[in-house]
Amino acid sequence: MNFSSFLLMRQEIILLTIILLLLVAEISISKSKKQSIVHLAIFLFGIHTIVGFLPIESGKLFGGMFHSNELVHFFKNVLNVGVFILLLQSADWLQEKVVDENKGTEFFILLFSSLLGMYFMISAGDFLMFYLGLELSTLPVAALAAFEVTKRISSEAGIKFILSAGLASGVSLFGISMLYATSGSIYFDDIITMISATNLTILGFVLFFAGLAFKISLVPFHFWTADVYEGAPISVASYLSVISKGAAVFILMILFFTVFKTLMHVWENIVYVIALATMFIGNLFAIRQQNMKRFLAFSSIAQAGFILLGLITGTQLGTATIIYFVMIYIFSNLAAFGVVQAISLKTGKENMNDYEGLYRTNPNLSLVMMLALFSLAGIPPVAGFFGKFFLFTAAASEGYYLLVFLAVVNVTISLYYYLLVVRAMFLRTSDQAIPYFKNKLYMRLGLLITVIGILVIGLYSPLYDYIFELSKNLN
Amino acid sequence: MDILTLFIIVPIITVIALVFSKGLERARVVSMIGSFIQLGMAINLLFAYLREIKVNSDIMVFTKDVVWFKNFNIHYNIGVDGISVALILLTAIVVLAGVFISWKMKELPKEFFISLIVLSLGVYGVFISIDLFTLFVFFEIAVIPMYLLIGIWGSGPREYSAMKLTLMLMGASAILLVGILGIYFNSNADGGALTFNILEIAKVNIPIEAQKLFFPFVFIGFAVISALFPFHTWSPDGHASAPTAVSMLHAGVLMKLGGYGVFRIAMFLLPEGALHWSWFFIILAAIGVVYGAFSAIRQTDLKFINAYASVSHLGLVLFALLTLNKIAWNGAIIQSLSHGLLTALFFALIGMIYGRTHTRDIRKLGGMMKILPFIGAIYVITGLAYLGLPGFSGFVAEMNIFVGAFQENSDTFNRILTILVVSSIVVTSVYILRLVGKIMMGPLETNDVNDLPKATWFEKTGILLLMIPVIGIGVAPFWLSEMIMKSLEPFIQGVL
Repeated sequence: MNFSSFLLMRQEIILLTIILLLLVAEISISKSKKQSIVHLAIFLFGIHTIVGFLPIESGKLFGGMFHSNELVHFFKNVLNVGVFILLLQSADWLQEKVVDENKGTEFFILLFSSLLGMYFMISAGDFLMFYLGLELSTLPVAALAAFEVTKRISSEAGIKFILSAGLASGVSLFGISMLYATSGSIYFDDIITMISATNLTILGFVLFFAGLAFKISLVPFHFWTADVYEGAPISVASYLSVISKGAAVFILMILFFTVFKTLMHVWENIVYVIALATMFIGNLFAIRQQNMKRFLAFSSIAQAGFILLGLITGTQLGTATIIYFVMIYIFSNLAAFGVVQAISLKTGKENMNDYEGLYRTNPNLSLVMMLALFSLAGIPPVAGFFGKFFLFTAAASEGYYLLVFLAVVNVTISLYYYLLVVRAMFLRTSDQAIPYFKNKLYMRLGLLITVIGILVIGLYSPLYDYIFELSKNLN
Repeated sequence: MDILTLFIIVPIITVIALVFSKGLERARVVSMIGSFIQLGMAINLLFAYLREIKVNSDIMVFTKDVVWFKNFNIHYNIGVDGISVALILLTAIVVLAGVFISWKMKELPKEFFISLIVLSLGVYGVFISIDLFTLFVFFEIAVIPMYLLIGIWGSGPREYSAMKLTLMLMGASAILLVGILGIYFNSNADGGALTFNILEIAKVNIPIEAQKLFFPFVFIGFAVISALFPFHTWSPDGHASAPTAVSMLHAGVLMKLGGYGVFRIAMFLLPEGALHWSWFFIILAAIGVVYGAFSAIRQTDLKFINAYASVSHLGLVLFALLTLNKIAWNGAIIQSLSHGLLTALFFALIGMIYGRTHTRDIRKLGGMMKILPFIGAIYVITGLAYLGLPGFSGFVAEMNIFVGAFQENSDTFNRILTILVVSSIVVTSVYILRLVGKIMMGPLETNDVNDLPKATWFEKTGILLLMIPVIGIGVAPFWLSEMIMKSLEPFIQGVL
């Protein structure tokens, strides 16, 4: 192993450097100029995102604990873009509310640490690295959820999150130890060859899966979701629903398609049932929500159920469609959260009936929201349609027609509640409509990127072809 | 740019131009120009098509094929035959008439016209697509603007109607999606690659079991938008709440997508499935015809009458398609065109009457012929054409359907149903004549009638635009029949 092989960890190293730089900046910048920390962080992360697109070699480090290939690298870039958009959308909130309390740098450091954890998690080559990454990605988020310490609901969210996350990772660890007991190794490569469907292995697998299912908020591990989303600052809720979920789906897919491939006959059935439960419960609960954050929480639970339709296939097609869908989901959900963020910041309003008449006062925001919701609902020509169609195609390719049928029933249910928001914004008029306001540059940029993503990703087919090519790395 | 892609490009350009136009005056002029160009292109397409088929014997002409998603073998693949050319022309006429009828749209005019044009884009897209995926994309694009169109500019229980309509139609298209995937994954039955291409799938012998399984999905997916009984409930509510131009477009054009899809996808690609299931769906279609007609008798709201009449007449289209007889098929296509024009006319006239009297209740209307002679006269003509008077398009269509359905190769079951369905003609006469008698010829019901404004130039233009082809088809149906018959050849070979 020589020094240049460390370049495999380029993404991690750069992100760590940014974290350290921000620490130094926090100490050296005087209190009156703390606002510039936000600009600095966004600038540095922007550079990091762009540099990330430079190609990286495939390979392994530390005796197989850390590995990287084109697919993993691509996915880190997707996460980077998501976080970058998130930063743009949070900039106003940070500048107006957080920096004054002298917590600006903390926000970035916690957020980036969590992202670093996700890098390690998806690059993991053994269960130890995986578990460390999982913890590193989870713990800072608990602090972030409780970021608005003066609000009781925010602290409550933090406590709820850390308790359920702690339980989940404990269960997961228990499962990992059983897998170690049966296979005698924690390295993925070894386990692939040694795993067999004994009862203890299956028990270990199920416990392990339960821990990850918590992060993706699959039913029945979804109970924390709505409360935490509602209590946490919107940026954090957005991060949880988009970046955190995306990374967890990705690692789940890697493990299912490689390590647990021999257990496919077991997890097929589990995934089938959980997919149905997640879609139905997420969708049916979303119908009744008034608070936009809770609304999006249940919507994102339901979306996770759709993702499982790709997971159940275990094929290259499944891999490609999952990554494609997660990418689209990141853009769509960030757009929706961005609008909620913008409105909440300016007016403090977060309920659906506050949005009545929004189109007549703020047409652009309403249009962004409508595009985002249409994309989540899967209406052409926006990207979400293509994502869903391909997921269904993947599931149908393995003959799961009944599952696809029940999924399209769910698409129709979800369309109902997405249209409720459209109804409030477009169909209704209100005397107390949110008055016109202009967003700052960062927010506008953040929303613009998501809109471009929503409009382009679906129609631009070479992107899908590229992802499909990359997916060969896994299968 | 090829002649068909223009049908996608021109609406897109119109929409972009609309985004940058402020106020009603600009918006309506822009959309009028846009839809004028569309109509010009549609007429041009008709003549180009008539020239082309003399030298080209392909099923689809003016084809263009661009690979889109290569892993799924999804292509942007377009082409037309006589059926789609006729329906494209219908669309262009109704859209332009719709723009004229909405000349005075005061609330959010720009957004209204954008939604209208997007809807027409979706409809054109469906009619030119050869690729199932592209067709499905356009199908959904055509449906979703309806939510905003009814929800924002509608009247009465508009939110309820818009939601009901959208959920039922999108739910149907979700079911359709399962059917399309079923066809797709059986398209390699003969050892070829998986494909969405309709023409290629038609050559494949899809396993009979799969055909039987997926036919209902595809059929229902499309037929709901044609208001197949018992999935028609969205239609009366939707039509009653929708603004005039939207009712016109919806009943005139959008509902035709159902019959088109049933014919081109469900029956053409799954002929064994059609044979297996036709007895069941033909009963539903026949019930729809009779039920729609009887319901129309009981209504007092002009729009509800027309909405149920549409259920009845489009049920007739599905009925004719399911009789599996080429003459009836020919009649079904002509019925689609005829009903599209006539129902658009009806809705336009109802909109004009409502705009002047502020009521659609037939109990409160009377003697319109004296007050509004132009509108009244056209209303009577439309009514007569609607109930199938010779000389108008409705007669040609229904004649073909019933003659075809009763031909010697049809069995007793079909014949009994045909007799049942024919009886709807009488019922249609009842409600149309009662309507005309009451609101046109009957005694005056309102006193402040002298200041009702006469039909304006843009209303007259819209009306005449629709009236001319009605008479045209009625007087000289042969060139149209011939064009359609020629295009029916592949269906006759494939299905019968």
